[in-house]
Amino acid sequence: MHEMSIAVAVVGQVEEAAERAGGVTAVRSVRLQVGELAGVVPDALSFCFELACAGTLLEGAELVTEAVPGRARCAPCADEWAVGMPPRLCCPRCGTATDALVSGRELQIAGVHWEDGPPHEHTREPILEER
Amino acid sequence: MCRAVDLHQAVLAKNDATAHTLRAGLTARGTTVINLLSSPGSGKTALLERELLLARERALPVAALTADLATENDAVRLARSGVPVKQVLTDGLCHLEAAMLHRHLEGWLPDDTRLLFVENVGNLVCPASYDLGESLRVVLASVTEGEDKPLKYPTAFGLAHLVVVTKTDIADAVEFDEAAFRANVEQVNPGVEVLLTSARRGQGAGALLDRALAAADGAPVHAPVMSRQDAAREHTHPHVHAGPDHHDHADHHAGPGAMTQTCS
Repeated sequence: MHEMSIAVAVVGQVEEAAERAGGVTAVRSVRLQVGELAGVVPDALSFCFELACAGTLLEGAELVTEAVPGRARCAPCADEWAVGMPPRLCCPRCGTATDALVSGRELQIAGVHWEDGPPHEHTREPILEER
Repeated sequence: MCRAVDLHQAVLAKNDATAHTLRAGLTARGTTVINLLSSPGSGKTALLERELLLARERALPVAALTADLATENDAVRLARSGVPVKQVLTDGLCHLEAAMLHRHLEGWLPDDTRLLFVENVGNLVCPASYDLGESLRVVLASVTEGEDKPLKYPTAFGLAHLVVVTKTDIADAVEFDEAAFRANVEQVNPGVEVLLTSARRGQGAGALLDRALAAADGAPVHAPVMSRQDAAREHTHPHVHAGPDHHDHADHHAGPGAMTQTCS
């Protein structure tokens, strides 16, 4: 089960993004896209996520997983189909292998909801005339 | 103040970046990595023992790194070939990651290594998600495992550059249906080559070494369908950009207690 490694990677990336943004006090939720062909089990990931969040800025954050169905297309037939599981990667019309998947391999942090303080007062860069 | 922020970051971006750097660095010094994946007991070590011995006979500078949860048994077996071998103990971790491999190569991998065989932890699920900086990913299945293995583990078989069947010497005894196996491989990874081998009887001896050398020499490697996702389309998929209303998860598989409306 590598869902723990995935959960730790998610927490790490959100922490880094929060640090870059500055002033984030808590993370409420993380929205994750999990493709049907990503090889990740959402339930196992939710369990691990809670553990991985403990003691971090994400403590108590909710993981919202969006399942992305696997889809493929056949350019010559102008056909697109749900590949299913196990995936069928050949065109149901002409039988040739698809060029590429349309979707299904996603394992992506789509977005987060976080709490932050008042915006920072950024130091203004001097404009040319002021130099 | 609660803020909704779009990140759009691949979860494994860090591993992928490390793998890219590792691949570029190793390629620049003339080393090609071959990542071997299979269930426990499929015969990765036996196949590798034979291929390493052949490499030694041909005076090819090769090395092998083998990962297990425990014991140095595999390293002891592989080291009999006389090539440099390193055992990595993962202490329970079910897969190797690029940074781990990088750490273990530092100060160990001989400079002139042409091929580095990495025997991943015996597991067909987790290692499939991690790029180790390899140029050739080989997935093995023994004839005893059932012809539907590729369908049961589509991510592992679907991302393979080469599929190797092992233990063909007992294929008849276990009534291995080669045609069915090939058809199942073809379903999840159209066009990938399937090699038949028997470490005991010598069938397919040297074939893995030849494929690895070809990849090292820059011959085109099979591009699995599953590794090709149309990037342009990916970003127009409705699930990727949820639109201005980030709270509408009606069409998504939301976890228990979906996002609150108080966030703005």
